Amino acid sequence: MTPTAMPILTKKDFQTDQEVRWCPGCGDYAILSAVQAVFPELGIPREKFVVVSGIGCSSRFPYYMNTFGFHTIHGRAPAVATGVKLTNPDLEVWVATGDGDSLSIGGNHTIHALRRNVGIKVLMFNNRIYGLTKGQYSPTSEFGKKTKSTPFGSDSRPFNPLALVIGAETTFVARSVDVMQGHLKEVLKKAAAHRGSAYIEILQNCNIFNDGAWFYLTEKEARSEHIVNLEHGKPLIFGKNRDKGIRMNGLDLEIVQLGNGVRESDLLIHDEEYRNPAYAFMLAKMEELPGFPTPIGVLRSWGDIPRFEDTVNNQIKDVTEKRGVGEIEKLLHSGDTWEVR
Amino acid sequence: MATVTEPIIKNKREVLDRAVVRFAGDSGDGMQISGSQFTNTVALYGNDLATFPDFPAEIRAPAGTLPGVSGYQIQFSSSDIYTPGDSVDVLVAMNPAALKMNIRDLRPNGILIVNSDSFTDADLKKAQQTTNPLEDHSLDGYRLFAVGLEKLTHAALEGLGLDAKSMNRCKNFFALGMAYWLYNRSLEHTYHWLDDKFAKKPLLAEANKLALKAGYSYCEATEAFQVSYEIPPAKLAPGTYRNLSGNQALAMGFVAAARQAGLRLFLGSYPITPASDILHELSMYKNYGVTTFQAEDEIAAITSAIGAAYTGALALTTTSGPGMALKTEAMGLAVAVELPIVICDVQRGGPSTGLPTKTEQADLLQAMFARNSEAPIPILAASTPGDCFWVAMEACRIALKYMVPVIILSDGYLANGAEPWKIPSVDMLPKIPVHFVTDPEGFLPYKRDPQTLSRPWAIPGTPGLEHRVGGLEKQDVTGNVNYEPLNHERMVRLRAAKVEAVAQDVPDAVPAGDPDGDLLIVAWGSTYGSITAAMKAPRAEGVRVGHVHLRYLNPLPRNLGELFGRYRKVLVPEMNLGQLLLLLRAKYLVDAEGFNKIQGQPFKVAEMENKIHEVVSQNGAGAKR
Repeated sequence: MTPTAMPILTKKDFQTDQEVRWCPGCGDYAILSAVQAVFPELGIPREKFVVVSGIGCSSRFPYYMNTFGFHTIHGRAPAVATGVKLTNPDLEVWVATGDGDSLSIGGNHTIHALRRNVGIKVLMFNNRIYGLTKGQYSPTSEFGKKTKSTPFGSDSRPFNPLALVIGAETTFVARSVDVMQGHLKEVLKKAAAHRGSAYIEILQNCNIFNDGAWFYLTEKEARSEHIVNLEHGKPLIFGKNRDKGIRMNGLDLEIVQLGNGVRESDLLIHDEEYRNPAYAFMLAKMEELPGFPTPIGVLRSWGDIPRFEDTVNNQIKDVTEKRGVGEIEKLLHSGDTWEVR
Repeated sequence: MATVTEPIIKNKREVLDRAVVRFAGDSGDGMQISGSQFTNTVALYGNDLATFPDFPAEIRAPAGTLPGVSGYQIQFSSSDIYTPGDSVDVLVAMNPAALKMNIRDLRPNGILIVNSDSFTDADLKKAQQTTNPLEDHSLDGYRLFAVGLEKLTHAALEGLGLDAKSMNRCKNFFALGMAYWLYNRSLEHTYHWLDDKFAKKPLLAEANKLALKAGYSYCEATEAFQVSYEIPPAKLAPGTYRNLSGNQALAMGFVAAARQAGLRLFLGSYPITPASDILHELSMYKNYGVTTFQAEDEIAAITSAIGAAYTGALALTTTSGPGMALKTEAMGLAVAVELPIVICDVQRGGPSTGLPTKTEQADLLQAMFARNSEAPIPILAASTPGDCFWVAMEACRIALKYMVPVIILSDGYLANGAEPWKIPSVDMLPKIPVHFVTDPEGFLPYKRDPQTLSRPWAIPGTPGLEHRVGGLEKQDVTGNVNYEPLNHERMVRLRAAKVEAVAQDVPDAVPAGDPDGDLLIVAWGSTYGSITAAMKAPRAEGVRVGHVHLRYLNPLPRNLGELFGRYRKVLVPEMNLGQLLLLLRAKYLVDAEGFNKIQGQPFKVAEMENKIHEVVSQNGAGAKR
């Protein structure tokens, strides 16, 4: 490889001339802005980026990114992206999807792309509602939620998206929030640095059909009490005065007040590489415990699992080295042949 | 003179033009192996042949029961043949169930070899037989040879130290040995095959070879048969031949097409009968630059292929009817984004799960129309196992030239049936030019080539060509999202015109047989053999019959409409309720008549011949418009 000077890219290089058609005030704008800000910082030429999406508000994303973009059909983006990655593993493939697209109609593709560890970065915009079809409950809507299709309350228990993808063997699992730009950008950069599958749940506000779905933890005053930011190698501390910690008590988590003999070193020290799958799963489920905060940041990052596209292409390479480049002549004559004169 | 000892000719040898042999037994009896070994041996000898493996959908139904019966039929000859044969000359039946299911196809006075060791009361009960057919005279019209295949096989393998079960598993080779003797064939090929197959288990190779030899020697020693038969090699066109099944041919055709196009081949597929063998075959060709992806479902199979096509691979998906149904939305996407993929439907009996291992041609209208809105797709159909190779290449060529999805229709009969195939020289293979745009100057994603109406192929990784495609309606030329009424109509018409433009690559239809006269047969797919064979006798008797076998079903050959008027009647035989018939009547207002069989079995030659006579002898309105 001869080193060629990479043109310096800016956020503007990733913006298109297309009019953005999300509702004013939609959380998607913030996510778009963060992605457009992060991409130029990754040191990757623009033509290497492919943004693939399914159907839903979030899936309009590719039209607003000045990269290669493919707006596919409902739920199928991970499968399309798998075909892209297998064909050209050097491409930087990002999938924009939502809670309905990724977890309902596309649930099967989501779990299979993730368990294969295809090198795609999935941005799952979770607004806990179907927006583009105007307000039906989604697989992440709370039990009992009243929506257009559940006027007397939702009858279905929701998915915990991160618990689901941890179960699907995802090698990079993270969560961030539309309105926390600094945090979101950091998570996006970490995801970009991860070679295998990354699944990032982004808590996103739909101000038309589910306004305030996350306010209890995203409003400035609420954040410190209801969110715990996971940082690799650091204790789990939260609270307005950063005086609350989370520690292990047997197999369970407990919240403790720092001081009075409880030191930071007694707390759970976050290890995103921890190999026992129960650990990340426990973090994902933590918010369901009464009084516990919702974790954001990287829950899991396993960097040493081979990527699907590499395994597949290495196998092709190995067989080719062993058998030589196949000749059509030989293929046609394979097996028993006979001459007719 | 009489004192000179003449070599004793124990048996008469009769020379025949053709013969039909069927091996029938339990799914676990190895009938497909006996059949394919017999096939390869007669192929290497130089006979023309056609085969018809017929097996149940159940992997191993309870042993000895009627649903568990598996059969393999082969017709081989010293002249051209087109079908596996209507009636069977030699039937090998390994148990009462196989006998019951197959005896109706044995011709009167045909040879019936029965494994008499499997006719105990329990065996008869499993086959729902109240009396023993070996004793109740129901088989009097055949030349019955009741042979204790199990005992004889055990005797032959004595001393090898195998358990009874393993010895039993060799009895299909005993039966095969008998068939080889009957048709005077060498055991060599099968010996080699066994050595290869059991390279790591030499004892099993030896056991099967002994059983094969024992079956052969049994016929020689016992003089059971009065006559053995000789079927001289066929006079095929000079060249190198191999035996080829339809699924193998498709796989090879795709690999060859990718090489001719200079592209990587990508197959996204989900296992389904009877298409899975294409996935198996292509999975072996990694050193030909083939990527096979066994997806999580049928939808991921096609959408991964769309992703691969978007990235510059020659992309395929292979399936059967139920899988086609699942892929419909994604086919619409491929139409909208105008990317080249090949969708291969190996049809089987339906609806729903239907008859997974039996053949049918009832997905034509699904291929034509099963998509939302106006989403036309070119369709090609293969007519013989060997033709599958050429159709695979042609489908790829059209997909790449016009930037369209293309559907190939094959069926279970072609997929598993085999025929001798003249291997083409590599220089004879069609050229498949491909152009990736690289110049950003003036690049617009939907700016079309004026001749083919294809849009440029601009793959990710190409600097300056960043652009967006998707399933939303696009503005003509720019490809930007656009909902304007007139633009939509224009795009709908452009996509249709592009498929119509493929007609410039479709050769004019030239009827086989008579260019005008009493009857034009218009057909497609695997009915080719039966029709070709069935026309011979009526034509010899002076009936003027023409036959157009359509390789291109969408668009149709441009001259097709002109042909109808040249014949008094038009007949459209299909293994469905009249799907091509519907299309022809709608498009040409032609008063064509259908001939429909939906039994999971191909047309017999006699059925077709009778129909020709029937239609030609009818008075009244003809086909002329």
